[in-house]
Amino acid sequence: MSAVTTLREEAAERFATLGWPTPRIEEWRYTNLAPVQKVAWRVDEAPAAADSPASLVEKGATEYVFVNGRGLKPAAPLETTIADWERNAMVALNTANMQDGARIEIPAGQIVDGFIHLLFIGKGDGIWSHPRNVIAVGANAQVAIVETYVGSGSYFTNAVTEISAGEGAVVDHYRIECESLEAFHVGNVFIRQERGANVTSRSIAIGGAIVRNETHVALAGEGASVTLDGLYTGTGTQHLDNRTVIDHIKPHCESLERYKGVLDQNARGVFDGKVIVRPDAQKTLSRQENRNLLLSETAIVDSKPTLEIHNDDVKCNHGSTIGQIEQEPLFYLRSRGIGEDEARNLLVYAFAAEVVDRMKIEPVREQIRRALFQAIPQRLPERRGEAR
Amino acid sequence: MLEIKNLHAGIDGKAILNGLDLTINPGEVHAIMGPNGSGKSTLANVLAGRPRYEVTQGEVLFEGKNLLELPAEERAREGVFLAMQYPVEIPGVNNIYFLKAAMNAIRKHRGEEELDAIEFLQLVREKMKVVELDEAFMNRGVNEGFSGGEKKRNEIFQMAVLDPKLAILDETDSGLDIDALRIVATGVNNLRSEHHSVLVITHYQRLLRYLVPDFVHVLANGRIVKSGGKELAEELEQKGYDWIEENVA
Repeated sequence: MSAVTTLREEAAERFATLGWPTPRIEEWRYTNLAPVQKVAWRVDEAPAAADSPASLVEKGATEYVFVNGRGLKPAAPLETTIADWERNAMVALNTANMQDGARIEIPAGQIVDGFIHLLFIGKGDGIWSHPRNVIAVGANAQVAIVETYVGSGSYFTNAVTEISAGEGAVVDHYRIECESLEAFHVGNVFIRQERGANVTSRSIAIGGAIVRNETHVALAGEGASVTLDGLYTGTGTQHLDNRTVIDHIKPHCESLERYKGVLDQNARGVFDGKVIVRPDAQKTLSRQENRNLLLSETAIVDSKPTLEIHNDDVKCNHGSTIGQIEQEPLFYLRSRGIGEDEARNLLVYAFAAEVVDRMKIEPVREQIRRALFQAIPQRLPERRGEAR
Repeated sequence: MLEIKNLHAGIDGKAILNGLDLTINPGEVHAIMGPNGSGKSTLANVLAGRPRYEVTQGEVLFEGKNLLELPAEERAREGVFLAMQYPVEIPGVNNIYFLKAAMNAIRKHRGEEELDAIEFLQLVREKMKVVELDEAFMNRGVNEGFSGGEKKRNEIFQMAVLDPKLAILDETDSGLDIDALRIVATGVNNLRSEHHSVLVITHYQRLLRYLVPDFVHVLANGRIVKSGGKELAEELEQKGYDWIEENVA
């Protein structure tokens, strides 16, 4: 029996023990997966090839396409795992059922030109997929990797990405969730950084009916630094849950986290961000902020930034805001002839664009801008006039 | 062009304008002067349609149309422009994109074609020279990181591009040094024509040396208490607002 088979079986057993997460568990208190759990999901054994407008191959990307969890070529066997399938039920579920995904190994010292695009296309009702990406970046190597999730229908993506960044490695990672509005999406990203490694991971959540994105960062070597940027925009009855855990294990590490949410109509957003500073992690620098814009009376956001500090030689701050569109800028735009709907959209877009503007890859910025323009909803007619 | 009849207005239930009458004909430049709290800015904000201001009585006709029932954006499209006392910063909304959206909304309202990118840039460059703003400003967010004087010049720049029929300047001169004051005056003087009218709201007379009004009105307690020619501004400067209040009391 191969190691992978053993791992799958152990993970399946673990999932059977853990069961589906429920809001009774503290980490899941805002999100109920019952609508996902009750579907009798099946695997698409032979997915047809599919095209997607989300392809970036013409924009200079080295691209790998996966349809319903299957790549064009079967993935190499999994070597190592830093993903925590023993405690995290959805990671156990992924590990038990894992399909293809990227296996990327950047040798020490190699600077990869351009960017690597991993495009995951979900298709069809009742199909689930469990992509597993394993990315190992060698010492002093540099790479930019973009994951994009798109699709049509009521499918379920349960993806896991593992990124290990060696000493002095530089990684620019993007995770763009633009799933179908009927789809479910659970994503887990595990990042482990050695001494001096510098990782930026950006999470964009625009699509999906119920979405849960987790990012776990272990700053395991001195002087490592991580930036987590996030943007979630929900409308209708979308539920977008972001959970991040940044674990400062060693001294002199830095973490910067900036998540922004835009929620309209009956959408619900969650930001649950935890920063842990271990006893050995002296001289830690950490900043965490979450800003939210609510566009309707019925949109909800739960913002819960948390610090857990176990030594006193640190500089940490965190904060969160929840607000509405400000009247002064709105009036300013209208006073120049711009209609109220367009003015509102401009202001919402401006709020969100800050996250996009920081992205380094121009074609990705372009793609997200387009997705945002579509996602930023047209105002409901009955709401017109409230500012007059 | 603009007829204000017996205008009563206020904010948060507090009456500020108490029966203001004013008529501005095409081509005229009117200045409204008055002490703090006399209702100058309330008048500007009511005309531009700022939310929260309430009109309790009276009417305002702009080219025969009832201005008060139009939302702010439609007033702008009809040709009313307010250069604001405190222009707000809007990070993330690009200056040039914003101005183009405004310009095209106004042109569409007038039944004109949208300007193409080249025509628009030519217009922008030409007007930017007048207010001596650097082109680098245009790629920033609206008023983002602008100094007080730069914000005021940006107001005049927008006015020059949008070419309103009626420009209202709400204390545009306050806080400006003499160079900026001259630039603002030049911008407004360039706009002057037989079809364009200007309403200058100010506390001080100094802008009016560069921007000579046809009529000067003195506002006190929410009403115009005295009107005259440009010499009235000088008289006010010499004698102070107490002189007016004593005279009308």
